[in-house]
Amino acid sequence: KRSRQGIFRQIVQLFERSQIDRELFDDLEALLIQADLGVATTEALLERLQERVRRGEVRDPVEAREALREEMVALLEAAMRNRRVKIYQRGVPFVSLVVGVNGTGKTTTIAKLARYHLDQGRTVLLVAADTFRAAAIDQLKAWGERLGVPVIAHAPGADPGAVVFDGMQAAHNRGIDVLLIDTAGRLHTKSNLMAELAKIRRVIQRHVPDAPHEVLLVIDATTGQNGLNQARVFTEAAGVTDIALTKLDGTAKGGIAFAIARELGIPIAYVGTGEKPTDFAEFDPEAYVDALFFGDEED
Amino acid sequence: MFEALTDRLTQVFQRIGRKGRLTEEDVDEALREVRRALLEADVHYTVVRDFIAAVRERAIGEEVLRSLTPAQQVIAIVHQELVRVLGSERVPLLWASQPPTIIMLVGLQGSGKTTQVAKLGYHLRKEGRRPLLVAADIYRPAAVEQLRTLGKQHDLPVYDEGTKVDPVETVKHAVKVARDQGYNPVIIDTAGRLQIDEPMMQELERMAEAVRPTEILLVADAMTGQEAVNVAKEFHRRLSLTGLILTKLDGDARGGAALSIRAVVGVPIKFIGTGERVDALEPFYPDRLATRILGMGDVLSLIEKA
Ligand SMILES: Nc1nc2c(ncn2[C@@H]2O[C@H](COP(=O)(O)OP(=O)(O)OP(=O)(O)O)[C@@H](O)[C@H]2O)c(=O)[nH]1
Ligand SMILES: Nc1nc2c(ncn2[C@@H]2O[C@H](COP(=O)(O)OP(=O)(O)OP(=O)(O)O)[C@@H](O)[C@H]2O)c(=O)[nH]1
Ligand SMILES: [Mg+2]
Ligand SMILES: [Mg+2]
Repeated sequence: KRSRQGIFRQIVQLFERSQIDRELFDDLEALLIQADLGVATTEALLERLQERVRRGEVRDPVEAREALREEMVALLEAAMRNRRVKIYQRGVPFVSLVVGVNGTGKTTTIAKLARYHLDQGRTVLLVAADTFRAAAIDQLKAWGERLGVPVIAHAPGADPGAVVFDGMQAAHNRGIDVLLIDTAGRLHTKSNLMAELAKIRRVIQRHVPDAPHEVLLVIDATTGQNGLNQARVFTEAAGVTDIALTKLDGTAKGGIAFAIARELGIPIAYVGTGEKPTDFAEFDPEAYVDALFFGDEED
Repeated sequence: MFEALTDRLTQVFQRIGRKGRLTEEDVDEALREVRRALLEADVHYTVVRDFIAAVRERAIGEEVLRSLTPAQQVIAIVHQELVRVLGSERVPLLWASQPPTIIMLVGLQGSGKTTQVAKLGYHLRKEGRRPLLVAADIYRPAAVEQLRTLGKQHDLPVYDEGTKVDPVETVKHAVKVARDQGYNPVIIDTAGRLQIDEPMMQELERMAEAVRPTEILLVADAMTGQEAVNVAKEFHRRLSLTGLILTKLDGDARGGAALSIRAVVGVPIKFIGTGERVDALEPFYPDRLATRILGMGDVLSLIEKA
């Protein structure tokens, strides 16, 4: 049994005061920054709240609580409007490229996505394009076996582009519905590795010009302000379409996703809440904000 | 983002400078910029608060108010204070009086434990030791295989009992093997876990109880945000950590998490990870990290000019 004594139970208590005062805003600032929203995004949110107080729309702490909640949801929803609709067609591979810095949960997210698509009745093929990290291929193969999903892999050290080429061909030949490509973790500051992602994209596009249909940037909810740089550079290099926010079962709130949504407009598509394939959900801004920030928590 | 703090402070003081003598309020305005820089570097909110209070006291007590280069003065004080919190001296690995020395790496999922186990083994063998790596992660798919592969690649012996055995037993046996065959140190790779995962934390307690490690090092990702403090506190509460390894410093993360952990938990930072390859493990230098947290490559030359 996990005990999450989240600091955000405090948020409820914060609003249990008789009036809106300076101290309330200070306390809110402390809480939002501690949730990794960052200084700029925290200020932007609190300014909007201030503005609503000034305009007389928000008159007491209870209304302030609801207003903050609305602003947080609205911020995420604004980015959600940039979502590309995901169209799945039978036998035409929907190509999903999964990228991110080291250790964020890419390979595990692939397993979760595979199960998610299987549940929707789609056929799935995995591509082991992380040929660099020790036993990365074995890890993906282990998931493939557990889920009963085939995996296209080459030997360790092989050219990732070549594996992706084979994966695209196999998906085509076998009439696969969803192709999930696992890539090696890489820091966005390594330009050669980022160029490798661009190359993988070109290999994909040689087969299917409008692919990849989804480029998922996997962000660990524990990440601090560096997540913003990650999102910026991965988007430039690999054309990120959505974010998968992982490890939300921990105590971190994933607040960097607000900063990414606000500054870059990149939507969150999925959340990861554990190490099992079922610990996964489509992102719902309202559910997320309520669960993590307004403390109506179960366990 | 880089150099931003110097620029901002210089601006603040230039603006103030025109109206004459500096006041305490001027220093406070400068410290607001410092505060922001630290928060942007992921230093924990409460650590920043205490830190700024300490710097303020010094800044006002010292010559900043009458200085001709107040921006540099403030930065110099901030830098010195950061180094002080980070631990001015390097703390080497502890060695057991009775071999083998046992080094156990623990931490959240994906922080870099398995990789650092291999790096440490490689590093210590270069120093003439005979390390034995132990695969005690039976949960993550292919975790044992990952350590075996790293061992094979670098000719480092790896002890494992597959994934069907209680890792506490595996570790006990590994220590016996090391004792019998003269391996030293024993470096244990544990599974990643959340600090709030009760059964998994108990497993680590049982492991530590069983083999009494000389070092229990928390492996923390340099990109970690504000939760670093809570994570480290809880690992420390349950296991009495002896140190920290900060990984993935080869990117552009400022690494404020290290400062938070150091300030709150107090354990020394023993190594930093600067890449995926086995030789990318370096000793920790507090002044370099302080510079990095401030986001200024040129801070030292600035201070010289000050
Ligand atoms: N608690 C928790 N752990 C997760 C979650 N997603 C992944 N993990 C764990 O995080 C660790 C890293 O996951 P991987 O999927 O291997 O990460 P990766 O991004 O593929 O790593 P690299 O390929 O090495 O860059 C593993 O121990 C996973 O079990 C999650 O949502 N919650
Ligand atoms: N860039 C960089 N990557 C690193 C560093 N240390 C480890 N990594 C990478 O980070 C990812 C995770 O490393 P692992 O050693 O598998 O992490 P772990 O803590 O053992 O993960 P779990 O066992 O799943 O909890 C891998 O892709 C490593 O190659 C580092 O210092 N720099
Ligand atoms: Mg992976
Ligand atoms: Mg590991």
